[in-house]
Amino acid sequence: MLVPTVVLSGIGLLSGLGLALAARAFAVETDPRQEKIAEALPGANCGGCGYAGCGDFAGAVVRGDAKPDDCPVCDQETRRLVASIVGLTVQDRAPQVALILCQGGDDVAAKKYRYNGLASCASAALLGGGDKLCGAGCLGLGDCQRACAFGAVEMTPSGVARIIPARCTACGQCVAACPKDLIKLVPAEATIHVLCSNHDRGPAAKKACTVACLGCKKCEKSFAEDPRIKVADFLAYIDYEHAPVDPALAALCPTGALVYRAAAAPAAERTSS
Amino acid sequence: MKFSGGVHPAYHKDTAGLQIEAMPLLHRYVVPIAQHLGAPGKVLVAKGDRVARWQPLSEPVGFVSVPVHAPTSGTVKQVAALPHPLGRPMLAVEIESDGEDRPWEGLAPLGDWRTLDPAALRRAIQAAGVVGLGGATFPTHVKLSPPAEKKVDLLVLNGAECEPYLTADHRVMLEQAAEVMEGVGLMMRVLGVSRACVGIESNKPDALAALRRACPADVAAEFVLLETKYPQGSEKHLIYALCGRRVPPGGLPMDVGCVVQNVGTAVACLEAVRDGLPMTERVATVTGAAINVPHNLRVRVGAPLLDVLAHCGGVTPDVGKVIFGGPMMGIGQFDMDVPLIKGTSGVLCLRDDEAVLYEGGPCIRCGACVDACPMGLVPSAMGLIAERFRFEELGDWHVLDCIECGSCAYVCPSRRPLVQHFKRGKAEWRDILEERRARTERDAKRAETAATA
Amino acid sequence: MTLEPGTGPDGVPTEPATPVAEPITPRDLIVSASPHVHAGQDVPWIMRQVLLALLPGLLAGLWFFGLGALRVLVLAVAGCLACEWACARLVKRPATLRDYSAVVTGVLLAMNLPSGSPWWLVLIGSIVAIGLGKAVYGGLGYNPFNPALVARVFLLISFPVQMTTWVVPQGPGTALDAATGATPLGAIKEAVGLGRTVADAGAPGLRDLLVGNVGGSFGEVSALALLLGGLWLLWRGVIRWQVPVAFMAVTSLVTGIAHLADPAHYASPLVHLLGGGLMLGAWFMATDMVTSPVTRRGLLIFGAGCGLLTAVIRLWGGYPEGVSFAILLMNAATPLIDRWTRPRVFGEARKLYREADAA
Repeated sequence: MLVPTVVLSGIGLLSGLGLALAARAFAVETDPRQEKIAEALPGANCGGCGYAGCGDFAGAVVRGDAKPDDCPVCDQETRRLVASIVGLTVQDRAPQVALILCQGGDDVAAKKYRYNGLASCASAALLGGGDKLCGAGCLGLGDCQRACAFGAVEMTPSGVARIIPARCTACGQCVAACPKDLIKLVPAEATIHVLCSNHDRGPAAKKACTVACLGCKKCEKSFAEDPRIKVADFLAYIDYEHAPVDPALAALCPTGALVYRAAAAPAAERTSS
Repeated sequence: MKFSGGVHPAYHKDTAGLQIEAMPLLHRYVVPIAQHLGAPGKVLVAKGDRVARWQPLSEPVGFVSVPVHAPTSGTVKQVAALPHPLGRPMLAVEIESDGEDRPWEGLAPLGDWRTLDPAALRRAIQAAGVVGLGGATFPTHVKLSPPAEKKVDLLVLNGAECEPYLTADHRVMLEQAAEVMEGVGLMMRVLGVSRACVGIESNKPDALAALRRACPADVAAEFVLLETKYPQGSEKHLIYALCGRRVPPGGLPMDVGCVVQNVGTAVACLEAVRDGLPMTERVATVTGAAINVPHNLRVRVGAPLLDVLAHCGGVTPDVGKVIFGGPMMGIGQFDMDVPLIKGTSGVLCLRDDEAVLYEGGPCIRCGACVDACPMGLVPSAMGLIAERFRFEELGDWHVLDCIECGSCAYVCPSRRPLVQHFKRGKAEWRDILEERRARTERDAKRAETAATA
Repeated sequence: MTLEPGTGPDGVPTEPATPVAEPITPRDLIVSASPHVHAGQDVPWIMRQVLLALLPGLLAGLWFFGLGALRVLVLAVAGCLACEWACARLVKRPATLRDYSAVVTGVLLAMNLPSGSPWWLVLIGSIVAIGLGKAVYGGLGYNPFNPALVARVFLLISFPVQMTTWVVPQGPGTALDAATGATPLGAIKEAVGLGRTVADAGAPGLRDLLVGNVGGSFGEVSALALLLGGLWLLWRGVIRWQVPVAFMAVTSLVTGIAHLADPAHYASPLVHLLGGGLMLGAWFMATDMVTSPVTRRGLLIFGAGCGLLTAVIRLWGGYPEGVSFAILLMNAATPLIDRWTRPRVFGEARKLYREADAA
């Protein structure tokens, strides 16, 4: 009875000692600032900064490879805090939100074939750009939804993706994931948008989707001297630097491609650490 | 020799006995500028121009590029992005025929290839826009110009036609045997090789006999009957079966001293040199249970699909898929205006109930795909990885060596769309490699500037 | 679409060859990636072939053990189906009962149980087989261990008494509460353990072992019936020869060597081949695709490993029967075997085999 007790205790003590020594000998030196920064960051590991998670980003900031501003998810206060830890300053930044420039669900947009294959937009796009007759349209298979770490993308009942602004942190992962490049980051306070990416001429665009932008220029003409909406190559673009705000503009659009949406809440109220 | 892997699909070579029939002249042709691997050419014509048959519509840009030519005489209706077999609109020349089929005055026949030097032959082949008719459409003159350090000693002629349903090459071998073998001689002269090996699957013994009979005395060709197995016609496997040489992963046939050419390409080379005729037509098999009158059709490049189908009696009401090429590697079509191009070896119309319906069930690790893969890959593992979108792991499994033959998906009991996984995986893996390369470059530059700072 | 009658300069006809009907313009063509045809097999087909192959063994078991066996079979299959359905509902996914895999698991589980098993034992087994052996991993294709064996071993360890109470076969009329006795291997193990010889065990002769008139799990007794079923599966191309052949070969080899060295204490390899669960294991359990390697070379190693472990456990281990444990242990090794036996890419030089080609 005594011998096993002594032997086991001895093994335990020796192992403990060994571990302690190893912890000293193989200790990895980390900059204490890195840990502080990592704690301050939102911790969503969304990859929006281009690094492999918040911990990696913290390390990059300390090394000087990244700027505190590079985290798109942080609100103003957090960015200031992170900057102060490494002795930098940040500028104010207008909050952004993602926007999917397509409304072409199954009820309005025609298909050019019956697709049979993987439920991923990028995989479906390998087959002639996807099954939508509109070559630019949303394929509705959810690549953006899968990419979002904040649950800010939903699929509408008619099969087109839509952002939930309240949850969007503008990290940009959905933008990168969309094989049709339909998603853009726009100022959160903007209210007038052209939710279409189709460059076809009027008749072709209409045939493909009833809510497509025809490039008719009615919206552009309503700003004769101060163009805030430009039509180029049969598609209207909003100039978000001088964004129009009049909700009545949406009524001008013959197809409904131009829409008015309520502004998204400011980022500080949207993100949660 | 027999390569390992491969499958034995039902062959349906019902059109093997049908003589090649030429399509009547059509009202309009849509000729894409890019019908080959490599750089598309530069357009030479504009809307309103009158063109003659065989007149160049584009000129090559760089070495790996070929021109395209007018399939008939007429007027250029438009030069715009028009439907293309790859599924998205691409630059093409639409020609409205004038019914005269007037030949171009600039044709330059060179006569007997035996009297010409390899450089002249090569130029004629490029000028004629000859590309590999086996389906890959690689510019033939490039294939026939291996770099000096690659010692090529063997020309391999691909008469396998391993895809089910297709019989175009079979008929060409039977009906144009003499031209095929003359073309072989021509290509041997261009390459400077003294040996050729003709590989034909065992389901076409009459073709082998025909070619052997038609072989000129001064063309040293060997004729080999190969096992009928898909994908016997794949370059790497054909070479292995004929002479035991294995092309290394990522390598080309010239790395083991071979150049592989399709039988139709041989004929095209001969016509380009002897008659000065650019490539404007090819034989395509229009077949399948959903087409009313199957044909081995000599079609002109640019013929719209709708007209081709109409000539063959139209499709049945229960048509499910229309495919350009064979059932194993062909591309599904959806636009009736799409033109047949140089690489279109067949138009396959499958009924709704014949076409496979992918369900994407779970992988049950049955190993059928591993047995079937002729490249020695593990499709089940790669499929599982691609399914989880973990593309960075795919490189380790040699996804770039996949030839997309479809043998794995053909046997998968869970109906997993494996080839689609690998098409996506290859694109993603290439992006990852590019990203890594760019990052290494960036880091190197940063280190350099840091060092010099 | 075609032009007015006329002939082109090189004799190409420019009139329509035959008058054709108005071509139908298909609007809803299916587009998928290649290939566009399929060999025809699907998972339900494979499972049905396995069930057909199990029929001879099942019938033999029902013949020798009567109603008890039937009761166990019905309970096991029903239990497995119910459990799979319930698990699917729990995770809000569509149930996959249609692929017959739960039926196969139920039948295999039943065949691995004594015919006198109480109803609650069979049901617990079903729940463990599907719930713990399959559903927690994500369903068909994701489980690392053979579900029926997971259940069998679970039951064996948890309820050793019930799981080793073997009914003596008395033909179809065997009552539900018939007399019990030892299995051949059990008798041998006991005799040798007590210092006696193999012959003293009084185990049944080879003919009885072959046909199945012996004690044991009702599905494992008839080596002949199981062998016939297994060969049929081989012929249909559902299983590959590597696993059963390697399994049987290595077990025979190891037990053969032992028998040659000491025939008094080690039974002949034929007894080992025909007795116990070896036939059932080698042809139906170890050949489960999901839990065995994907390459042929891997399957050989897998089968050989099963054979070796079975022999070792039977001859020198604590249990008279080792097939279940052997297979489960080799299931655990399957990912490693798969890694070691990755085929060489076409054209790859031998020495480059394991170098990563990631940039």
